[in-house]
Amino acid sequence: MALVLNEEQQLLKESADGFFAEKAPVSQLRKLRDDRDETGYSKELWSEMAEMGFAGLLMSEDEGGVDFGAIGAGIVAESMGKNLSASPFFASAIVGASLIKHAGSTAQKEAILPAIASGEVIVTLAVDETGHHGPASTTLKAVKSSDSYVLNGMKTFVPDAHVADKIIVVARTAGEKGDAEGLSLFIIDKGQSGLIIDQTVMADSRNWGKVTLEDVIVSEDAVLGTVGEAFPVLDKALDVGRCVLSAELLGISQEVLDRTVQYLQERKQFGTLIGTFQGLQHRAAHLYSEVEILRSAVLKALQAVDAGTNPAWFASLAKAKACKVAELATNEAIQMHGGIGMTDEFEIGFFIKRARAVQNLYGGYNYHTDRFASLSGY
Amino acid sequence: MSDLDTFRQETRAWLEDNCPQAMRKPMKGDTDFCWGGRNYVFQSDDQKVWLDRMAARGWTVPSWPKEYGGGGLSKEEAKILAAEMRRIGARPPLLSFGIWMLGPALLEFGTHEQKLHYLPPIARGEIRWCQGYSEPNAGSDLASLATKGEDKGDHFLVNGQKVWTSYADQADWIFCLVRTEPEASKHEGISFLLFDMETEGVSTKPIKLISGNSPFCETFFDNVKVPKENIVGERGKGWTIAKYLLTHERAMIGDQGVPTPLNVIAKEKLGLADGQMEDKALRTDVARHEIDAAAFMFTMERATDEAKAGASLGAFSSMLKYAGTEINKDRHEMILKVMGSDALEWEGQFSNNGEVARHWLRTKANSIEGGTSEVMLNIISKRILNLPS
Repeated sequence: MALVLNEEQQLLKESADGFFAEKAPVSQLRKLRDDRDETGYSKELWSEMAEMGFAGLLMSEDEGGVDFGAIGAGIVAESMGKNLSASPFFASAIVGASLIKHAGSTAQKEAILPAIASGEVIVTLAVDETGHHGPASTTLKAVKSSDSYVLNGMKTFVPDAHVADKIIVVARTAGEKGDAEGLSLFIIDKGQSGLIIDQTVMADSRNWGKVTLEDVIVSEDAVLGTVGEAFPVLDKALDVGRCVLSAELLGISQEVLDRTVQYLQERKQFGTLIGTFQGLQHRAAHLYSEVEILRSAVLKALQAVDAGTNPAWFASLAKAKACKVAELATNEAIQMHGGIGMTDEFEIGFFIKRARAVQNLYGGYNYHTDRFASLSGY
Repeated sequence: MSDLDTFRQETRAWLEDNCPQAMRKPMKGDTDFCWGGRNYVFQSDDQKVWLDRMAARGWTVPSWPKEYGGGGLSKEEAKILAAEMRRIGARPPLLSFGIWMLGPALLEFGTHEQKLHYLPPIARGEIRWCQGYSEPNAGSDLASLATKGEDKGDHFLVNGQKVWTSYADQADWIFCLVRTEPEASKHEGISFLLFDMETEGVSTKPIKLISGNSPFCETFFDNVKVPKENIVGERGKGWTIAKYLLTHERAMIGDQGVPTPLNVIAKEKLGLADGQMEDKALRTDVARHEIDAAAFMFTMERATDEAKAGASLGAFSSMLKYAGTEINKDRHEMILKVMGSDALEWEGQFSNNGEVARHWLRTKANSIEGGTSEVMLNIISKRILNLPS
């Protein structure tokens, strides 16, 4: 497959870029933050996104979607990264949808996928239990008792937890912490007795939450996929998520580069434009190179997902590179903006805060460099 | 079956029949390269047979037009030929600056007569070319070059000195940047001349490098007579050709092909314990390098695909040159780390006379030759990012 966007994808990119720049620029996130908005995103925006098909990119037409695949999802995520647009897109339309698609029964797929695509139902995944990603480190327990399961434990850093209608919880039904075997997935509905959700206010002003399960009792119908064998399908959905997060980091990196270059073209010091200084030019040019290289890694990874082969190696490569480049880009952006970059009034700060949250989600640089080495056989 | 499938089958069969077994083994170093030229001594009969057979089909330069000694292949066909050669590990039959640099320049800027005259001997490996660009006082600032060519009616009288001329002591002809219009501005006064290295007044002196090898020379011109018809393009327009070639060269230096993955070298040298390298810090560093290297390879792939889709590479090649050479230098530093002190043996059988160390030192020039990394960053700043000057 040629490593370029085809005509249809190019059109999607143009419409997504236009859409988010107009409907959900950084100022919208600032307002949500300053108003301490309870929902944490604009419902109006989310329903418009669904109308545009953005909530159904990964679903086929039969499933209520528009079938643009991971590349389409990456294109939209990149635009959202440029604008820091807040919505349940990633939690629900990417990770939630991927899990249901890959692990769900026919009945689950029919019930949930079209509802995700239309934006009516928000699904999120609760996997991590500490500040470090590690699906196999799951300790949250699900114990079988006759024809139901009882779940006890805690999940943290769950995206959009408090606005989700359904939370897919990774639970241990067998084995010990650290084992990839013995994991199972359960779909828990909002309002379920024993399900406690606490919002976590994070630096990026987006929706995160802690999910506590105290004797939550669910029937066998709540099981997603095969009991005790969730890891492979979970990791696959996480890989789709990691590729899309890499695309968001690409958008963030590209945007802060563009804003920094523009600043270098306008700001005067010592009687001249600071963009004439070679010390700054070279840093900007190096950053440009890194962003271009990241762009290739992200597109390659998204293509690997759509090709249907195991994308793990490409996903870890892309996420590791994305973490490195986004860290560089946001740090350089603040430094080259100087004092103004440190002010809350200026928008660069929003980007660095979002970047770090996305970097950590589902594994940061160290996690994916280690995984890349293992997947490469060393 | 499509035409391309047929082409693939026929190519595969022909290569199977015609590529000598000895030419399917990896090249070990410079001595295995076939450079061709008047004075070239073939390393084996197989090497000569392979060159002659490929040249007869025009496949030393597969995409050049047939009338100029090429294979006349379309981009798709050339890609298939390259893939089929890779499949059996076939060596390139011929390497040369004629193929990489002068050829593309003549195809773009030469007259029909010049193409007919100069290109077929390049394709057949009969004439070996060298490039006369840099001078002692014109390195990164190449356009300030001072070698002059005085108008003497039917010829230019060339005087001056070039430096870093690759393999000038072994080359038959030189393509050379010469200032023929002393009154014009620095970019407007340069012409692109071709002449025989056996012409009276041309002399060369190899430069010994930190690697102990001498792939480059100083080249001196003392009243060298160059016939006027040996100019490519218009008088004073040589800088346009030079820039075109530099872009070409940058894409080439950036693209170092697909070398042995670093992790393979590391595994061979250090082994694994429970499926992992024991030195965890080194393992992480190897992975870091391989992620960078793979992401860069994807970028080369993307650039190729975008060019095919009609986009113009332009200054993007400066980015490829910058990133590609820096990654290649990093790769060789990593090889040193993986091999430890073994990498530094300078003489002796164990190291094949210091192959690793000498190669490592050679890569230091990657980010200097063909425009330094700093010049590439200048070009990105100005031409891509539109930063003010």
